[in-house]
Amino acid sequence: MTAIELRNVSRWYGNVVAVNDITMTIGPGVTGLLGPNGAGKSTLLHMIAGFLPPSRGELTVGGTASWHNPGIYRTLGLVPERDSVYAFLTGEEFVRTSARLHKLPDPDAAARRAIAIVEMAGAQDRKISTYSKGMRQRIRVAGALVHDPQVLLLDEPFNGMDPRQRLHMMDLLHGLAEQGRTILFSSHILEEVERVSGTIQVIVAGRLAASGDFRAIRRLMTSRPHVFLVRTSDDRKLGATLIGRPAVTGVEVTDHGLSVQASDYGTFTREIATLSRDQGIALRELLPEDESLESVFAYLVET
Amino acid sequence: MFGVQGRTIASVTLRATMGRKRALLFAIPPLILIVVTLLIKASHPNDPSWPGQVLGIFGFSVVLPLTALIIGTSVLGAEVDDGSIVQLLATPVPRSVVIASKYVIAVALTMVFVAVPELLAGLIATGGATKLAIGVFVGALAGSAMYNAVFVMISVLTTRAIAFGLVYLLVWEGLLGNLVSGARLLSVGQYSLGIANAIAHDATALNAGLSAGTAIVMGAIVTAIALVIGTRGLASFSLKGDAV
Repeated sequence: MTAIELRNVSRWYGNVVAVNDITMTIGPGVTGLLGPNGAGKSTLLHMIAGFLPPSRGELTVGGTASWHNPGIYRTLGLVPERDSVYAFLTGEEFVRTSARLHKLPDPDAAARRAIAIVEMAGAQDRKISTYSKGMRQRIRVAGALVHDPQVLLLDEPFNGMDPRQRLHMMDLLHGLAEQGRTILFSSHILEEVERVSGTIQVIVAGRLAASGDFRAIRRLMTSRPHVFLVRTSDDRKLGATLIGRPAVTGVEVTDHGLSVQASDYGTFTREIATLSRDQGIALRELLPEDESLESVFAYLVET
Repeated sequence: MFGVQGRTIASVTLRATMGRKRALLFAIPPLILIVVTLLIKASHPNDPSWPGQVLGIFGFSVVLPLTALIIGTSVLGAEVDDGSIVQLLATPVPRSVVIASKYVIAVALTMVFVAVPELLAGLIATGGATKLAIGVFVGALAGSAMYNAVFVMISVLTTRAIAFGLVYLLVWEGLLGNLVSGARLLSVGQYSLGIANAIAHDATALNAGLSAGTAIVMGAIVTAIALVIGTRGLASFSLKGDAV
């Protein structure tokens, strides 16, 4: 009932296509919307949140369209990327304001409950302008949770957080999902999604590039062909050995060392250490040459 | 007034608007009006022609529109510009309530910062509660209500609200309003002067070109249309994605 459903949704700005014919269903649990910057994640989230009409296609939250429908916010909470809140309010005032705007019967109790969920009771009487980035993010989550929505959307919630704050936010999202909520967040950092999410939707250049269980997609990512730069005490000798291995598809001797093409990331990185030790070759450097996120995404689009 | 949602928006808006440094600007035009009135009063105590010019021409073509522009574009425009309006719009509050609450605060502030100083200046200039003093006070009250509807609307429709507002004031009201008499029919400044003159009965000094009836009817229509357009604009408020 409270699922997010997109059918053939596209959005363009003039000649630029930001989201291209995406069809997907997002149900209860945590779902990560993953993709490089500029892939169309925010456009997609804004459309789901009712802040942008799709140019084409159908988009519903809980069975109703979200564009031009403020009533949708009774079941939907949004934590926008832009971290601009009324910084002159205290954390508690901010969340209580949100409760009043939702016309909740007991705004004070609702605010207390939401602040407890994000564990901000200790700082609730301080002005938001004195908060750290992570605290501001958490109080904004409390503001979006105050009416106990079934669907929570978060745009880049981990941006600018330190590792401890991230961990806390991830625990928070998991806890919310365990209560049966549908949580959708966007991120351009693979590791963030790995920690949080069971399901991911990968968006590249406006298209849905991969979709499903995170572990399966992660496997796809690590078993993809890969180019490594290897520097050793005897490049040619190691190169001759490597070319005999099934995980290696090509070896080139260059001025900077060996350029090795591996068909399987995992196997190759495990084998190279034992191989060089057995040959008595000192391994000086092992560098993945195309580790950028874009290349990972580009690979996913091709498969 | 509008239930809990409207009161909440109004109170946050009031705190946000008065908390910004920009709020200091609100006080500058009315302060100049009072100082100028005091200076002329001291130098020409017995000249009957100047109070109309200072209160009408300076007050209604400079102090009122400029102050209304600064206030009307900050109650909502500042939030539209920095994106924090999303926090407010991601709630089931009817968009008409958002516009109405913001508008009421803008009108109330403009009345405090313009209409009250106009009354004070009128009392000083004419030496008591004369028709002119009451007229400019009432005209300024009406002008606060009309100008802010227009400026709140502009701040929903564009992120360059101050620039567009200034162009309207300088080109339409300032230039065309003086050269082409038909332009006066669509000039909030002329509506305000027309209403002021209905009480003051001094059209020459105030430079009022419209009758009171025309001014009231046109002012009400323009105000209503501006608020409706503002509400519709806010209902279609959209966020740009990351692709462009």
